[in-house]
Formats: sequence, structure tokens, C-alpha cells
Amino acid sequence: MKFHAEPFWWSLFGAGGAISALVLPVLLVFFGIAMPFGWVDVPSYEYLHQLVEPLMVRLILLAIISLSLFHWAHRFRFTLYDGFQLHRINLLIAIICYGSAVVITVYTAYSLWNF
Amino acid sequence: MTDSTQSASKTYKKKMPILWWTKRTSYLLFITRELTSLAVAYFAIILLFLIRALSQGQEAYNEFIALLKSPTVMLLSMIALCGLIFHSVTWFNLAPKAMVIKVGKRRVPDVLIVLANYAGWLVISVVIGWFLLSI
Repeated sequence: MKFHAEPFWWSLFGAGGAISALVLPVLLVFFGIAMPFGWVDVPSYEYLHQLVEPLMVRLILLAIISLSLFHWAHRFRFTLYDGFQLHRINLLIAIICYGSAVVITVYTAYSLWNF
Repeated sequence: MTDSTQSASKTYKKKMPILWWTKRTSYLLFITRELTSLAVAYFAIILLFLIRALSQGQEAYNEFIALLKSPTVMLLSMIALCGLIFHSVTWFNLAPKAMVIKVGKRRVPDVLIVLANYAGWLVISVVIGWFLLSI
């Protein structure tokens, strides 16, 4: 059976689109807006560390970060391709987009493993 | 005759101006939606920085908090939040087009699927918010 890459990348794009739409806004409101503006207290190091430590939480974080990156990779690839008409360097764009998602996923998994 | 026109149409690529998406509001909204992926990637990287800082210790964590409070990052975060909300709303509104759910032989109405998505968004946001606020 021939392997078709497009449905594979699309399924990662879809999963990443859903998970990022559901969980990222609240996290960005907290860490990117409310905390820097001082509307909420900065969580203590100990509290956040013990919150992240359970294996289950680390796996969820890996899924959130990795799938979000694959969502970006697929969508941004086609933004460049369709939006900015970069047809000639299609392969190069695909390699850079998916490649960076793979590399950062591996680095995230490594960081969470050694947490 | 038909064969030759078909094969010609397969290789024909219309030349589009590079700024074609500025021509109409709907095109601009399309490109904005596509560019929200940058906000998604930006915040995924911020989460990775948070994890790195937490695993390195108190000092790295303090530096990470200082980074989040720097004017540049705060400005980026505000722009990214607009992008993320636009992403969530467009994603949930399109959800019925991507998934057709049937109960028995009847198709679940689109509006119910959209509402279920928004309800899930609300519940998840409240749960995560509760964990982060109960220090």
C-alpha cells in the first residue's frame, strides 16, 4: 500500500487545531495577560512544579505543544503556498515547516522526560 | 478534442498577484484565519519555555516570569490572544462542516455541534483556570 502523506499531515493539523482552540486561550490569558498585568498572583515555583510533575500531565502537555506545532506547520505551509504564491519552493517550505515541528516535538518530549 | 482540453487544464496554472488576498474582505478574513497559526505556534513555544524553566529551578522560573512581563512579550501576547480567539471561534464554527454526527439515521443539527464545541471550550477553560488560580 502506498503511503499518502497529505491525510497524515491533515489529521495532525485537525487534532492540533481542536486542542489548541480548546486549551490555549485560557493559558495565554493567564500567563500572557493576567499575570504580567498583575491581575492575578504569580503561581509559586513549587506549586506549578508539582502541578506539571505527574506523568499524565506531562503527556497532556506534550500532546498540546506537539499537536499545536503540527497544526501551525500544516496551516502556515499552505498560507505561504496559496496566500503568498510561493509555488516554486513548495518542497523546501514543507521540509522547514514539518521539520521544525518534529524537532521541537522531540526537544519537548526530552524536556518533559527529564522534568 | 475534449482530451486535449482536459490535459491542458491540468497543467494550466493561473498567475495570481501576490497580494490577491487584499482584494476582498472575505479574502482578508481567510488570510487572517490562516495566520492565526502563528499565534498557536508562538504560545506553544512559550509553554515549552515554561516547562524548561520549571525543570531548571527557581532561578530559571523567575527569569521566565520576568520575560513574560517584558513589554515586547506582553505586546506579542496581546496580539497572539486576538489570534487565538479568532482561531477558536472560526474553528468551532466550522466544526459541523468537518464532522457529520448521526444519531440513529438523523443528522445532528449543525448548531448543536457548534454549541457543544463552545460548551467544551468553556468547561476546559474553567477547569484550567481553577487549577492555576487555586495556589
